[in-house]
Amino acid sequence: MTISRSESLPIRSSGDVVVIRQRVRSAAEDVRFSIVGLTKLVTAASELARNTLVYGGGGNMLLEEVHESGRTGLRLTFADNGPGIADIALALKDGYTTGQGLGLGLGGARRLSDEFHIDSAPGKGTTVCITRWK
Amino acid sequence: MSLLVEILTKQQADLLSDWNRDLVNQTRTNGLSEKEIANQSKMLLEYLRDALQQDGNAMVDAPAMSRVRQFLVDVADARARQGFTPSEIAALTFSLKRPVFLRLEKLANGADQLSAEIWAATELIDGLGLHTLNAFLRSREELIKRQEQDMLELSTPVVQLWKGILALPLIGTLDSARTQVVMETLLQKIVETESRVAIIDITGVPTVDTLVAQHLLKTVTAARLMGADCIISGIRPQIAQTIVHLGIELTDVTTRATLAGAFQLALQRTKLNAAALHEFERAKSGAKEF
Amino acid sequence: MERIPILRMGSYLLVTVQVDMHDQLAQQLQEDLAVKIVQTGARGVLLDISALELVDSFIGRMIGNIAATARVLDVATVVVGMRPAVAITLVELGMSLPGVQTALNVELGMELLRDRLEETVFNDHFPE
Ligand SMILES: Nc1ncnc2c1ncn2[C@@H]1O[C@H](COP(=O)(O)OP(=O)(O)O)[C@@H](O)[C@H]1O
Ligand SMILES: [Mg+2]
Repeated sequence: MTISRSESLPIRSSGDVVVIRQRVRSAAEDVRFSIVGLTKLVTAASELARNTLVYGGGGNMLLEEVHESGRTGLRLTFADNGPGIADIALALKDGYTTGQGLGLGLGGARRLSDEFHIDSAPGKGTTVCITRWK
Repeated sequence: MSLLVEILTKQQADLLSDWNRDLVNQTRTNGLSEKEIANQSKMLLEYLRDALQQDGNAMVDAPAMSRVRQFLVDVADARARQGFTPSEIAALTFSLKRPVFLRLEKLANGADQLSAEIWAATELIDGLGLHTLNAFLRSREELIKRQEQDMLELSTPVVQLWKGILALPLIGTLDSARTQVVMETLLQKIVETESRVAIIDITGVPTVDTLVAQHLLKTVTAARLMGADCIISGIRPQIAQTIVHLGIELTDVTTRATLAGAFQLALQRTKLNAAALHEFERAKSGAKEF
Repeated sequence: MERIPILRMGSYLLVTVQVDMHDQLAQQLQEDLAVKIVQTGARGVLLDISALELVDSFIGRMIGNIAATARVLDVATVVVGMRPAVAITLVELGMSLPGVQTALNVELGMELLRDRLEETVFNDHFPE
């Protein structure tokens, strides 16, 4: 896999979440995602960025354009040093929330992307990495 | 690569005409005029010169080479569309070696410098060649994918039955990829034609699997979010059983046995079409008398 | 503070969401709309989201909340103009906005509201 572009963006306020949506959208336009593919990726990014802000206490997102065996994709990595998640399977369940949300963010982001990895432990922060191929 | 920079700076015109002769003689031009080719080679040499003036040891992936890389990608993109072959694309950059080496030989001070310069130039030109080839192959693959997509869209016969009523008669086996394209096309057509009702007729579909059934249901839900109702017609007994077996809920979905039944319901739903409904029912009852 | 405008059109309120909303803006709209409904005695709300290129679970929830609040105040809400890609994504996300009425565009949404009003007026005059 080669990486042809990468950019790191802060997530400190709900304004930053809007900026992230815009940057992911323009990156997806650059590599000519379909409109449905683009919308799915931007929506997943919005969910994960909000989680980073609300539950992770802020962090950042790494945006990368990746190439592998002739296909192009975008990889987004959200990282925070917040409290972490004790039961990841539970957090991924639709409808599960410890806040005021609908509990659709994590599970939804997984359905909206082609690859999904989450790494989290109490006291260790949370990293969620998603990839969507063109 | 001090000598290469010198050649690119002081002998550019001469190098260009030499290289162009090779390019035109060795490769098919595929409808590109000699002038276009000359123009492209000139720009490449200029970008290359600028890059090497900025960083004398720059290889293809150095930051200084970013304009060179972008230019090669653009050229590769265009040539993929123009129908060039991979070997022609490779020749495009590799053909730069002969005229460059000739000039290095003349300028070099002794065998050591010559071999060092040739070595570096080879590495750089090979890198440029691979970069171009990669971009070309990627571009071609996208082209093929797009053509496949276009074919799928063409084979999606969304028809307008009446003002505000669309029908999508599906025929043949549905795989998940086709279903997805077909459904996206349907939703797009709903917007374009301002249709409040869409009939998905699956009379011509022998079987459905879980994924396809799920796509169907998601489409119905998406259409509802947009403000349109879907009616599924022509569900064969086997498919009905499959759907029940799969445990998929069809309770929220309106179904009709036939396309005609679905059309009648659609007319009722779009109240604008009261006159048409009357007409349709008269025709139907008339048809029964025979 | 930046706010999403709420227009009055006869007995309806029209909200056209045109910006990529940050969360507080969405929250604010929800509150403003409830106040406006009571102030104006509006009979229906049209929420035009045709310019929105994204509806995530937060904005989706706001739409659901607006409809639910309006219902409590005895006012119908119609969400109009959701784009196909947005609708497909929202379904994949797991939201189907049950109980929210939808229409393809403002004109059809208005028609839907008018029909509803006629029905209720009729039922009020001629109870079963
Ligand atoms: N970055 C994070 N740090 C800590 N906990 C998280 C993080 N992201 C998600 N969670 C936990 O997972 C739960 C589910 O998240 P999500 O599916 O996005 O739903 P919601 O945001 O509606 O709560 C959250 O309520 C929270 O407890
Ligand atoms: Mg969330």
